[in-house]
Amino acid sequence: MGFLSNLINGISLGSIYAVIALGYTMVYGIAKMLNFAHGDVIMIGAYVVYLTSVKAGLPPVLAVVIAMVACTILGITIEKVAYKPLRKATSLAVLITAIGVSYFLQNIALVIFGANPINFTSVVNVPVIKLFDGQIVISGEASTAIVVSVVIVIALSLFIKKTKSGKAMLAVSEDKGAAQLMGVNVNRTISLTFAIGSALAAIAGALLCSAYPILSNTTGAMPGIKAFVAAVFGGIGSIPGAMIGGILIGVIEILGKAYISTQLADAIVFGVLILVLMFKPTGILGKKINEKV
Amino acid sequence: MKSVKKILALVLAVVMIATCFAACGSDANDDKTDAKEIVIGISGPLTGSTAQYGLAVQNAAELAAKEINEAGGINGTMLKIIAADDEADTGDKATSAYNFLKDQGMQIFLGTVTTGSGLAVVNQTAADGIFQLTPSASGDDIIKAGDNCFQICFTDSNQGSRSAQYIAENNIASKIAVIYDSSDAYSTGIYNTFKAECTNRGITLVAEQAFTKGNTDFSAQIQACKSAGAELVFLPIYYTEAALILKAAQAADFAPKFFGCDGLDGLLGVKGFDPALAEGVMLLTPFAADAQDEATQSFVTAYKAAYNNEIPNQFAADAYDGVKIIAKLIEQEGITADMSAKEIGDKLKVAICADGFEFTGLTGAGAPLTWDAEGAVSKDPAAVIIENGAYKAL
Amino acid sequence: MKNKTKTIKPYTKQSFITYGILIAAFAVTLILVETGSISFMLQSLLVPLCVYAILAVSLNLTVGILGELSLGQAGFMCIGAYTGALFSILMQEAIPESAIRFPLALLIGGVCAAIFGILIGIPVLRLRGDYLAMVTLAFGEIIKNICGALYLGKDSEGFHASLDSASDMGLAPDGKVLINGALGLNGTPKDSTFIIAFIALFITVIIAYNFVNSRTGRAVMSIRDNRIAAESIGLNITKYKLITFGLTAFLAGVAGVIYSHNFATLQAVKFDYNMSILILVFVVLGGIGSIRGSVIAAVVLTLIPELLRETIGQYRMLFYAVILIAMMLLTANTKFKSKLTAYMSKLKGLVVKEKKGEVK
Repeated sequence: MGFLSNLINGISLGSIYAVIALGYTMVYGIAKMLNFAHGDVIMIGAYVVYLTSVKAGLPPVLAVVIAMVACTILGITIEKVAYKPLRKATSLAVLITAIGVSYFLQNIALVIFGANPINFTSVVNVPVIKLFDGQIVISGEASTAIVVSVVIVIALSLFIKKTKSGKAMLAVSEDKGAAQLMGVNVNRTISLTFAIGSALAAIAGALLCSAYPILSNTTGAMPGIKAFVAAVFGGIGSIPGAMIGGILIGVIEILGKAYISTQLADAIVFGVLILVLMFKPTGILGKKINEKV
Repeated sequence: MKSVKKILALVLAVVMIATCFAACGSDANDDKTDAKEIVIGISGPLTGSTAQYGLAVQNAAELAAKEINEAGGINGTMLKIIAADDEADTGDKATSAYNFLKDQGMQIFLGTVTTGSGLAVVNQTAADGIFQLTPSASGDDIIKAGDNCFQICFTDSNQGSRSAQYIAENNIASKIAVIYDSSDAYSTGIYNTFKAECTNRGITLVAEQAFTKGNTDFSAQIQACKSAGAELVFLPIYYTEAALILKAAQAADFAPKFFGCDGLDGLLGVKGFDPALAEGVMLLTPFAADAQDEATQSFVTAYKAAYNNEIPNQFAADAYDGVKIIAKLIEQEGITADMSAKEIGDKLKVAICADGFEFTGLTGAGAPLTWDAEGAVSKDPAAVIIENGAYKAL
Repeated sequence: MKNKTKTIKPYTKQSFITYGILIAAFAVTLILVETGSISFMLQSLLVPLCVYAILAVSLNLTVGILGELSLGQAGFMCIGAYTGALFSILMQEAIPESAIRFPLALLIGGVCAAIFGILIGIPVLRLRGDYLAMVTLAFGEIIKNICGALYLGKDSEGFHASLDSASDMGLAPDGKVLINGALGLNGTPKDSTFIIAFIALFITVIIAYNFVNSRTGRAVMSIRDNRIAAESIGLNITKYKLITFGLTAFLAGVAGVIYSHNFATLQAVKFDYNMSILILVFVVLGGIGSIRGSVIAAVVLTLIPELLRETIGQYRMLFYAVILIAMMLLTANTKFKSKLTAYMSKLKGLVVKEKKGEVK
């Protein structure tokens, strides 16, 4: 029973990673850049949820929607101001800029909200599920995280397959130049990608801080990096891959804590990243990309 | 590219010259500030996850100094409190906070607030010979570095063994689990002595779970305690993580008794924390704000009036006592403001552990405090339980 | 007309200017310290300043010369700090003279870090770009995490180790815990002094300049500029990359040893990826590829926030972040760069005109 409980905890943590990983994987697939600041957008989203739901007393769903709007605006602004001018620059320059943006968000939050962590009040109001005479307990936060992530993955997959904008995204990720020649507005598509990724970050922020109720300016950093690991694990650019990768990383982390060492959980997760990149750099569902000369 | 570099080099050079001037400017602080003031320095976390402690110490020390100064000082000598933020860091931030205080003319050191920062500076304070009286750095090694350092709080080994003793003597539980922070000297120190005392008394710990700083997911640790059938979970940790653990236990529908030490003090002050989660949590603390004696009541009233109606925790009480102890020593030894930190240190470190010196204050349940030559204080922790969102003596 | 002396000259001049600046800064600081006209806080910053400068110069070899972004610098520093400090604690009685013990500790810390650098480099350097950056970050975090969970003790039967807890090691009663998990090492002798740290920095700068100007250094730069072309003329890419990576790790390890011998306690948690990023900030703001710039940026950017502790304390990183983004936008943005170059040449033209048209 202990194992099953740990497994459920792992899947619930992994579902949150999956929602974050979707943002990474879409941006990487389309703009070919590692948006290091994605984790910090989550943190900003969580702060907005905190301000609107706890401080202003708005209903949780409305608070999350406001946070999604705020993060979308933030994501598009970051893309326009910091990343767009560097479209043709080296990946080194883009990555350093992304690190700069990450630092900027963390420290602007530090200045605005202070250095003291806030105890987040859960915005999830779903009853606890008890199985096997209460031996296995699934908290409202856990079941919500799992359901929400599944819904998002299905919706996103449909969006990309069925809608015009979704197909444009796919085209840009395959070949930017060719897509442009076919009349796809590349800049708009990239902005849209950032918008969707950032909106998802707001949801991830609400889920993360509801399940682990502490919020400070560095809250998003570690989950962000682990979600990147998940995106690579699942195959960067692949939406179902992000889901599978996220859940696997969450399960590995929790089971590693429960059965190997509580102090080595991070090393295990990062060890997985290295093994994946060494032996299957394209991840579980990724496609092989040949290097162009 | 070249030209950009040149501009940057120029800018950096200008900044560097400017910083040199800034450096010269700060030298002025080396002079004694005011001949009539004795400067007491505090180094503690004023920001970050243990900020409540540093701020409480700073507030209470300032309150105590204000009361002394308003009553005419100590034979006309005033006290001045200065504080530096060490962020509870264990390396360069702690040493640079201490050096910052020295540059500001600190003569007596009422710090550090946390054990980790304390260990980083005790060798230096010993070398400087400054009188160090820490309100709350309870690590056993803090006072071992030199003969200049004394504690107002009881030591970690004392807390660990007293907790085990209390649990055993009152038959609170027989199946005990521990969740501790292996990256924190305070938490590990208590865990080790708690475990040793439990072994002495024939109690076996059913689960021993560690975590490290920055961890937010406690589901695996809680699951391990639950699977082991623990009736009581001992939490020798700080309040920020304790809040997360209580939440994780609730999510797993696991409701054992929780027992903690002074690090849990502050739990009820966490912003946004649901006090219902803390219901029934027991902790050892030398100070309860609801105690009915006159000293406690007047302190709590004054503190609430001065700081936004906040209820003082034991860190505040320890710091308040600390300033009063220093004042008593200053009066007794005839310390004057023009003495150097070393001269004051040489006198006070002998006086505080001399026979006959004792102090009765807020902490220690009315019994007078005395110190041994090593620097440990004699006082007994009292157990409290959280009921209806407030402390109640057990 | 170009001849041999002329092509070497500007480079030699550059390095000698840097040496001159370093020696002058050192002399001035020493005089200020000796005359007591420098605050305690500044004095306590002197060793860390040298440490950060060494780290920045060493990272610049990977970022500037090799052209790959490594976010694992703190991990190598951690290895150096741990091995060096462990050596000093163990040898405190066998070699009481710190003038002999400390150089040995520096060497051991550096070599251990270099070994790790090469071991990690073999798989890592097959990757490029973002993946390489993430994997170095991952390795740095793994090193930090494992060092932070490591318990090592010594008793009459020899060494004991555990990754669980101190009591798990089963030490005999006479045993002594050397590395206490996340609490790290305690009781490292305070062997680091400003003079030693400065000498280490000076040697680092000499090594860096000579490396860049060596045959190996030029080969590395050719790989950076065009890997495929470099490969096609028969350069062994892996070898040159590993040499650079190993050298970077060695210097970072030395910096770690100096860092660890400056404080009595040492904890692995210090060496997280934020430390790596901080060093990267020094490299980028000092100018990628500029050794002098790295030193100056490390010194200035460490000093400012400490000196303005009360006023800009919490704005420090915000300030870094804005400058970092601005720098990248200004230098990496082709449109802006061409505009700036045009403007600068126009400015130069004016100056030249004023000098009544000097002949080039």
